[in-house]
Amino acid sequence: MSLEKTYPKEVKQILAKYPPEGKRSAVMPLLFLAQREEGYITKAAIEDIAQLLDITTTEIDAVITFYTLYHQEKAGKYRVQVCNDLPCALRGADKFLEDLCENLAIKVGETTPDGAITLEAVACLAACNNAPMFQTQGPDGIKYYENMTVAKTMDVIQTLKHAGKEAE
Amino acid sequence: MAYVLLRHREIPDLHKIDVYKKNGGLAAFKNAVTKMTPAEVIDVVKNSGLRGRGGAGFSTGMKWSFIDAKSWPHYIVANADESEPGTFKDREIMESNPLQFLEGLAIGAYAVGAHTAYIYLRGEFWQVADILDAKIAEMEKAGYLGDNLFGTDFSLRIYTHLGAGAYICGEETALLESLEGKRGQPRVRPPFPPSVGLYNKPTIINNVETFTNVPMILANGADWYKSMGTADSAGVKIFSLSGRVRRPGNYELPFGTTFRELIYGEKYGAGVQDSRTVKAIMPAGASSSMIVVNGDDKVLDTPMDYASVRTLRAELGSASVIVLDDTVNINWVINKTIRFFKHESCGKCTPCREGTFWMNKIVQRVSGEDRTQKDLDLLMSVAKQMQGRCLCALGDFSTMAVTTGMERFPEDFQVKQ
Ligand SMILES: Cc1cc2nc3c(=O)[nH]c(=O)nc-3n(C[C@H](O)[C@H](O)[C@H](O)COP(=O)(O)O)c2cc1C
Ligand code: SF4
Ligand code: FES
Repeated sequence: MSLEKTYPKEVKQILAKYPPEGKRSAVMPLLFLAQREEGYITKAAIEDIAQLLDITTTEIDAVITFYTLYHQEKAGKYRVQVCNDLPCALRGADKFLEDLCENLAIKVGETTPDGAITLEAVACLAACNNAPMFQTQGPDGIKYYENMTVAKTMDVIQTLKHAGKEAE
Repeated sequence: MAYVLLRHREIPDLHKIDVYKKNGGLAAFKNAVTKMTPAEVIDVVKNSGLRGRGGAGFSTGMKWSFIDAKSWPHYIVANADESEPGTFKDREIMESNPLQFLEGLAIGAYAVGAHTAYIYLRGEFWQVADILDAKIAEMEKAGYLGDNLFGTDFSLRIYTHLGAGAYICGEETALLESLEGKRGQPRVRPPFPPSVGLYNKPTIINNVETFTNVPMILANGADWYKSMGTADSAGVKIFSLSGRVRRPGNYELPFGTTFRELIYGEKYGAGVQDSRTVKAIMPAGASSSMIVVNGDDKVLDTPMDYASVRTLRAELGSASVIVLDDTVNINWVINKTIRFFKHESCGKCTPCREGTFWMNKIVQRVSGEDRTQKDLDLLMSVAKQMQGRCLCALGDFSTMAVTTGMERFPEDFQVKQ
């Protein structure tokens, strides 16, 4: 796969943001781009980015493993990432997450049998006033859902499952 | 009092460039570039008493004056990492009053001689980045960004850059590493960023809220700004109020407003949920020392400014006020905070990497009813050994709730006889 072929406009835009001596800065946005289609970063994509930026694949690996929003393994089409950090937990996030697990019949870290949803617990997302809340990470990037109930969340998940199917 | 920062709450559609301009927007930037020298801009900001809103509270004008004039080019970076648990103010600014933030960043760029500005956003802020990209494009089209602005030789471009999920990237030197495409691990200082920063060039880094104050300060003057707040903490602050209050949210208030007004004021927190009493306050998010309240009027009547909060043996930090009521057990709280810091420690230095790992192990036992004195002593000793020995402030932050929680709320850490 070649990012330059698949996303010529995006790659050009990204590279234009940084000065020649700072070309390496493009690695993070390019990794997001590489992750867009499948939800995880492949070995081939890493080699591609290494070539584009004149750095080694080892250096890119070091970046990928440092940040939580990059993934190297296939998961559900959408990751539903519930914040259960202190401020949200003070407003019922732990219970919300528990109930959500029950409704989806999976545990935190697991994927629904149809491969649509992976449920995760994450640290504060800067939306503590609107707990319970979660973000979705999927083909269309990252989106916030705030002031949620389990019922509302199940609706959102239904919609995501549909969107996922249509995109295929 | 009219809003200084959250002006979108009073002025509908303030995010639109024509509305923003109609309300005085972008005039301060144009005026600075066409009629003031960079040194004059820095002087106004210095005289206003504006202190950094990212947590450390350092004088903004002073920081700008440290930019190394012998090395070029210069860079300016907005810290939009906003990852301290309990902090959600920069997000509201960028979503709802983005142009005032961008104008402040542009004025900062002019003041320090930077022709390139980056906004480093936490990776989760995709939607925010989209908003900012759109606003940057509008400013370019309207002639407020680009080459030779207003016919001068000052040029400026602003770019957004998304992180990818790492609290430590809010620390300014880790942020620079991350922006350079590396693991976000703090640099050893000195040298400091105003001499050696992004791509080894002089760089000024400020918080989003800090920049957002600047257009109003230039428009209304340093004295106007200083007339709000206290002698030690000038101006207004956005307090992110969360936890067990009726109305959590962002509240813009002058420094020196009391905890009581923020928590109980009808227009603000509107009191504690279920009419319980306040047990403790964490004024600086998960990094806070615990302020003991237990209904004490004197504590609630303490003004929220940098100096006064210190008299309660805590720091105001980024003013992310988490309210804990009397149903909350402090050992549960430190369980949450330690888990956070263990996850976020970047691993570069041993005391923090090992310390957060061990604290996280021990705190599991300490949270249970069958905790032993040995576990309690061990937890305290690990935390104390970390303090002052870590490369960056995260290490110390991770211990604050632990040591102060255990010392100040012994009733929540009793050992069964
Ligand atoms: C672990 C850690 C996390 C931080 N996170 C942030 C952050 O999310 N946003 C921020 O503006 N400052 C953060 N800071 C403070 C920055 O290092 C820096 O002091 C600040 O961006 C300077 O801007 P100011 O002078 O306008 O406050 C953090 C510091 C540490 C040690
Ligand atoms: S104190 Fe912690 S976060 Fe800071 S450099 Fe050391 S290991 Fe990294
Ligand atoms: S604690 Fe959940 S968004 Fe801040």
